[in-house]
Amino acid sequence: MLRNHPGLHVPEPLCRPGDEADFSRFTIPAAGALRRPPVHVDPAEIRDFAFSLVRVLDDGDHAVGEWAPNLRIDVLHKGLRAMLLTRAYDTRMVRVQRQGKTSFYMKSTGEEAVAVAAALALDNADMCFPTYRQQGLLIARDWPLTDMMNQVYSNSGDRLKGRQMPVFYSSREAGFFSISGNLATQYSQAVGWAMGAATDGDERIAAAWIGEGATAEGDFHYALTFASVYRAPVILNIVNNQWAISSFSGIAGGEAAPFAARGLGFGIPALRVDGNDFLAVYAVTHWAATRARAGLGPTLIELFTYRAEGHSTSDDPTRYRPGSEPAAWPLGDPIDRLKRHLIQLGAWSEDEHVSLVEELARHVKESGREAEALGTLKEGKRPPVSTMFDDVFRDMPAHLIAQRAQAGV
Amino acid sequence: MTMIEAINDAMHVALEQDPQVVVFGQDVGFFGGVFRATEGLQRKHGIERVFDTPIAEGGIVAIAVGMGAYGKRPVVEIQFADYIYPATDQLISEAARLRYRTAGEWWSPITVRSPYGGGIFGGQTHSQSPEGIFAHVAGLKTVIPSTPYDAKGLLIAAIEDDDPVLFFEPKRLYNGPFDGHHDRPVMPWSGHPASEVPEGHYSIPLGQANIVRPGADVSVLAYGTMVHVALAAAESTAVDAEVIDLRSLVPLDLGTITRSVQKTGRCVVVHEATRTCGFGAELAALVQEHCFFDLEAPVERVTGWDTPYPHAFEWEYFPGPKRLGDALKRILEV
Ligand SMILES: Cc1ncc(C[n+]2csc(CCOP(=O)(O)OP(=O)(O)O)c2C)c(N)n1
Repeated sequence: MLRNHPGLHVPEPLCRPGDEADFSRFTIPAAGALRRPPVHVDPAEIRDFAFSLVRVLDDGDHAVGEWAPNLRIDVLHKGLRAMLLTRAYDTRMVRVQRQGKTSFYMKSTGEEAVAVAAALALDNADMCFPTYRQQGLLIARDWPLTDMMNQVYSNSGDRLKGRQMPVFYSSREAGFFSISGNLATQYSQAVGWAMGAATDGDERIAAAWIGEGATAEGDFHYALTFASVYRAPVILNIVNNQWAISSFSGIAGGEAAPFAARGLGFGIPALRVDGNDFLAVYAVTHWAATRARAGLGPTLIELFTYRAEGHSTSDDPTRYRPGSEPAAWPLGDPIDRLKRHLIQLGAWSEDEHVSLVEELARHVKESGREAEALGTLKEGKRPPVSTMFDDVFRDMPAHLIAQRAQAGV
Repeated sequence: MTMIEAINDAMHVALEQDPQVVVFGQDVGFFGGVFRATEGLQRKHGIERVFDTPIAEGGIVAIAVGMGAYGKRPVVEIQFADYIYPATDQLISEAARLRYRTAGEWWSPITVRSPYGGGIFGGQTHSQSPEGIFAHVAGLKTVIPSTPYDAKGLLIAAIEDDDPVLFFEPKRLYNGPFDGHHDRPVMPWSGHPASEVPEGHYSIPLGQANIVRPGADVSVLAYGTMVHVALAAAESTAVDAEVIDLRSLVPLDLGTITRSVQKTGRCVVVHEATRTCGFGAELAALVQEHCFFDLEAPVERVTGWDTPYPHAFEWEYFPGPKRLGDALKRILEV
């Protein structure tokens, strides 16, 4: 937006509560419109990808264009299932939060493809450095829901011993790096992990996720600098879900240039992707992973998506955006779109869908019962209080032994 | 050996013994560091294990945390301790807590080396002593050597340690010991007993203080540069001071401190960092808690002033032997 008067420009979204939702400022290219460059392409030749949008699924639910990944039906089924399970899990966890069984929860509604498609495009041994909104990674890697719930409840089965807020999972085994409450810190750490892998000639690569709001943090820029300088085998994902709590993407600089364009100054190939298109996310992630594994260095991917629900259970989005906005989001819902694609392929039906949704709801409920038997934040078993003093250092120093005795635990 | 050579030697040994050790930081590769601490490491151990980094302290430490999570043992240099602040989030929120927040699933076996303290006319941006800030953080270890022998042994121990260690190097002592007067020419380390540095591997366990001068009248708790100031003050005042070199602030050798104070009945704490909320406050509180009935005088603190470090008035800022000596005489009169 051009300034037409002197003074400070404070970006404002086009619409606020009471207005009609308006996404007219977005130009959305047709599915299949963009070429698919070879992985060894000179980043300078694909600078336009930072300003466009890779899309595979068209309005008739067909996979079109060079980016169509031609996935086997079982992979598509697995993707649909993991996205549905993520949504069912989120729904249930918000309910238990409302019942007071845990303190807090964060949903990924509308963004399930971002995590699930990436998980399927990556190797299971690759290391993910996620934010709190990529629970779909764990679910797509078949990590037990009960383990995740135990963490949400801080109960006696919580492997993290009741130390982390809900949703701040960690699983070395699942290749899911511990989530920090300090935004962006994982982004540059992922680059360090990838540099370690590179020095060892390890085939594994790292992938990191960050919200568009948090790209303003220093760690985002450190990550790009180091990834570019050392050509680290890392995929740097920016999840642009339009909102950072109540601040729209313009407050993080999204009005001046797309977030993907941040990669251009570093010579990092940068692509924008329709984040609600499972096939597009899969295809671009796979392309980036192939580059990284071939020693061609990092790729920056902006996943253009929409946070369909509140930031967390502490947030009421209708206070800062029109209630009609989620429904007006022009790129649809990732689950609906993949479902319609499968139906169009003749590989799925409404009936099968309904029974899968029911099956997954049952699975979530059963897992919930198992987890609740181990306790919730409100009642039941907790990890022993004495463990509060463990793991500050590898070996407990004298002053902590003394403090534990003083605490009488 | 000078302290710089001892530190360099420690890294050579660590790189040789453990293939997972990597060394990086600004100018540490080809050039060997602005203080020459990493001289020759790259030539000997290769560019992938010893390399230069962009000028981004937050990035350097973040990369170290990520490499540590991968399985490497990174040793990074922050060119001056004054420039560690951009990395505080990664140190305080990440490295310090990774083991805790993952219940031991991941940890940060990183060593952050950095020259600290005054004495080179570095003004307020090349002279600070930030150890108290980090000693305050649960999950970080803070180590400060005062001699070449200790520097090598402690640095090897720090590198081999599975917890994140901040290793602050008294830059005033890099090339020579110290008679407490930093306006006098640098003395050579050669001839000083602590400059006898054995070849190869040895380590000094973190958390063991060293009584560098036994005495009966007052216990002086010091570390880094101040150990030499304490020795000079004891010498010039003829006070029979027991000088304890703490060597590491976290973990702290409380036993050696309390045994000494229980014997002498008096205690002076000395550090170059500003006073308010400095590590001296912690030491004074601990001595009070553990030795209250043995004390014959209140614990004294001799520290830098609560101002930034001035360029022209270094000597007036620096807690030298005169100020410490006055405190020693004063406390004996109580
Ligand atoms: C360093 C830091 N500053 C502020 C916060 C508080 N905070 C938590 S989430 C959030 C918004 C993040 O938005 P974005 O990066 O767009 O991710 P999204 O929640 O949309 O997925 C803020 C400000 C924090 N956790 N860490």
